[in-house]
Amino acid sequence: MNVSITVNGTTHTRDVEPRMLLVHFLREELGLTGTKIGCDTSQCGACTIHLNGKALKSCTMLAVQADGAEITTIEGLGNGGLHPMQESFWEKHGLQCGYCTPGMIMATTAFLKDHPHPSEAEIREHGLEGNMCRCTGYQNIVAAVQNAAEKMGG
Amino acid sequence: MAGLIGSSIKRREDPRLITGEARYLDDVRLPGMLHAAVLRSPYAHARIKSIDTSAAAALPGVVGVFTGKDFADVNPLPCAWQAGGVENHPNTPRVLEIDRVTFTGAGVAVVVAQNRYVAEDALAHIQVDWEPLPVVVDAKKATEPGAPQLHENAPNNICMDWSVGEESAVDQALKQADVVIKHHLINQRLIPTPMEPRGAIAQYLDATGEFTVWMTSQAPHVMRLLMTAFVFGIPETKMRVIAPQVGGGFGSKIFLYPEYCLVAALARKLHAPIKWMETRSENYIATTHGRDHITDIEIGAKRDGTITALKVETYANLGGILSTIAPGIPTTLYGRMLSGTYKVANIYCKVHGVYTNTGMVDAYRGAGRPEATFVIERVADLVAKELKMDVVDVRRKNFIPSNEFPYDPVILRGLKYDSGDYQKGMQRALDILDYKAFRAEQAQARQQGRYLGIGFSSYVEICGVAPSAWIGLPGEGWGAGLWESANVRVHLTGKVVVTTGSQSHGQGHETSVAQVTAEELGISVDDVIVQHSDTLGTPFGYGTYGSRSTAVGTVAVYKSLQRVKEKARALAAHLLEAAVEDIVYENGKLFVKGSPDQSKTIQEVAGAAALAYNLPPGMEPFLDDTAYYDPPNCTFPFGTHVCVVEVDAETGHVQIKRYIAIDDVGKVINPMIVEGQVHGGIVQGVAQALWEGAIYDENGQLLSGTMMDYAIPRADFFPRFELDRTETPSPVNPLGVKGAGETGTIASTPAVVNAVLDALSPLGVETIDMPMTPYRVWKAINESQNGGGA
Repeated sequence: MNVSITVNGTTHTRDVEPRMLLVHFLREELGLTGTKIGCDTSQCGACTIHLNGKALKSCTMLAVQADGAEITTIEGLGNGGLHPMQESFWEKHGLQCGYCTPGMIMATTAFLKDHPHPSEAEIREHGLEGNMCRCTGYQNIVAAVQNAAEKMGG
Repeated sequence: MAGLIGSSIKRREDPRLITGEARYLDDVRLPGMLHAAVLRSPYAHARIKSIDTSAAAALPGVVGVFTGKDFADVNPLPCAWQAGGVENHPNTPRVLEIDRVTFTGAGVAVVVAQNRYVAEDALAHIQVDWEPLPVVVDAKKATEPGAPQLHENAPNNICMDWSVGEESAVDQALKQADVVIKHHLINQRLIPTPMEPRGAIAQYLDATGEFTVWMTSQAPHVMRLLMTAFVFGIPETKMRVIAPQVGGGFGSKIFLYPEYCLVAALARKLHAPIKWMETRSENYIATTHGRDHITDIEIGAKRDGTITALKVETYANLGGILSTIAPGIPTTLYGRMLSGTYKVANIYCKVHGVYTNTGMVDAYRGAGRPEATFVIERVADLVAKELKMDVVDVRRKNFIPSNEFPYDPVILRGLKYDSGDYQKGMQRALDILDYKAFRAEQAQARQQGRYLGIGFSSYVEICGVAPSAWIGLPGEGWGAGLWESANVRVHLTGKVVVTTGSQSHGQGHETSVAQVTAEELGISVDDVIVQHSDTLGTPFGYGTYGSRSTAVGTVAVYKSLQRVKEKARALAAHLLEAAVEDIVYENGKLFVKGSPDQSKTIQEVAGAAALAYNLPPGMEPFLDDTAYYDPPNCTFPFGTHVCVVEVDAETGHVQIKRYIAIDDVGKVINPMIVEGQVHGGIVQGVAQALWEGAIYDENGQLLSGTMMDYAIPRADFFPRFELDRTETPSPVNPLGVKGAGETGTIASTPAVVNAVLDALSPLGVETIDMPMTPYRVWKAINESQNGGGA
């Protein structure tokens, strides 16, 4: 099936199998490997992207369902520089192995749009609800999100 | 640059990680690459009568389908660490099993196809004629008469029986004890779950007979050694192993796995690069698990709280077949650490390493020390309970005094705890906590029917695992050495390249090693680059595990730096026309003592060494040195962790209210990185106490086989941890470092368990198996002496 999907500002048209997952479309068809795959049950959140401005686990959607959508991946988030959330993960040591990090950053940037002044509890309960990290114990990820919220003047 | 060691500089590896530019295994693509998918056994114990691959092979897009028989010429994988001093009965995996499988998930066939979707489709078309065999999953039951037998060379499913200490002396001490306490505990099976699953890509060049293998590995040099020398029987020079960006390991990526060898064998057979990437479900059944001990304890103590005897018998489940270093974990790294932070005059421990029809069990973060710490920290609480003493007093009564270091706990077979001050860490924890106030609050809460509890864990662990002569084959059975090496090159432009045999998969070596290098050479950290994880271009190293990369690997770097500085000093003396002994090296400048204005920078000296126009007679060009470091002893980090919980007696839910961690990891290179390691470690250890557990049913099916079923903790399970440190430098190495990668995991599990049991002590709850899920806690309350029907 033909799909036309705009990713990080560029529109890509491809003929794909109907069963192809969106995350495979991004990684295999477009070579955007920043988006990660950490599970096969939509638990881990490593594949989180923005689809039409909302955070989405790209393993839960077929590429054909995203036809016509506007997608941002970790590669496009900073627009050539670093997004305040990326800076904050770096400054606050919000990552160790880095594998969950693109998904974490995509999920929390979307979260801050809706919750510009989150409390620590809100970050833990809602901001990071759909994302798992096995390295950091989350404490410095929480600090990174708080830091980004401040930076963004929320 | 001075002051870099001990400074929380931002990590230098992060820019590529936060932008998605880092290349993990699954992100590597080679021209003409084909994709492999492995057919795994649905039975935990079965004979393979026949396999029909024809329908799968006929699918469009399938390049080939192979079974174990196609790789009969490839040797089984080696077991590199057998238990020391005793007979072992090893049985190890083949790239694909040929006749029989001993756990659900063992690979029996492989499809190679144009893409992964097709490869997975084809798996469904492979017909295997299975003959299911009886199954045993419990390590103790597997040793009983009549149990299904897994391997011909291992009667009663015993891989090895190992012991430490004098049994008769301990029995005597138990007889003489004022009180004897018996306890049974289970250290349940865990699934390491790095966020990146495993994978491998192999390429083979016919013209030269050379392999290149990319793999998710914590130890690429060792993988090359094992694959070439043991599995393929080819010269080590015929293989290059690259661990690209590795997304966590926690031990599970130390080992050589069948699939890594399989892709290499396929690449050679098919003359094309082959990629295999694990799904999470495969990761849960086919990657190693951790822990899984059944333990009985007998404790002897005096009325004053002195622990006089400890007798331990453990059934360690090793799984259906041995992973690379499986027998070493429940022996050397467990039995020899059972003294913990205490002076215990008599210890005896017997370990039965047992095969069962379950997945392979090997090192998981902490590896043996969490199990030992769980035993001895439960012992401290059990003694307190028996003697109606305070748990803190029992610990303080038995702590090894700070003036007795280096301390020989005897059961370490000659190694000594390097340095320690256990009272200090405990006191720091009590101060932060305000212990008296907590006990008052607890008493008040109990009046209101609320159950607050506090748990302590005063741990010591063995890190920087090395002395080759101690751990090696004649001693502890490790089939190799455990030294590390490093190379330091100061290029003509003054930029420094450090290569190390250690492997970083989240620990931040590219930052901490650069800090040590920049500090020692007196240059900017930006002028240092640290390279690792590629056998081409890095010196041999045994890899990153056992919190050994700073205490062994970085010390090798330090050693190399000293020799580079020595040579720079000699060259500077020549250039400045002075005697070598008069040359001072300070802040990146070399000058004659008393004349700092007449100086050469290290960059100038490096340039002179590289150009070699004017060298002293006999001096070789270039500032370059390779060092090998084999420490004289291990290092022994320690500390006290305290957990405060509230248990909801109605629902059994455990809430962590406070978590205080006082760790002493010796000198610290980057406090931010160390704190991060402790945070992550705490979460994994707490998770064992409360949520995680790999469950096999009686047929050997893994019920907790996906992330939906296995309870990886989430952010809202925890409060903000309260961390502090004491700093007792290690005398073992010149940096004074001990290692920090596993402290959190080792310390935290018993702290939580002790806290929950303390909370429920008024109800008469004696013990609850881990994970202490709401159901188990609720059940224990309802079945308890004073809580029934509450």
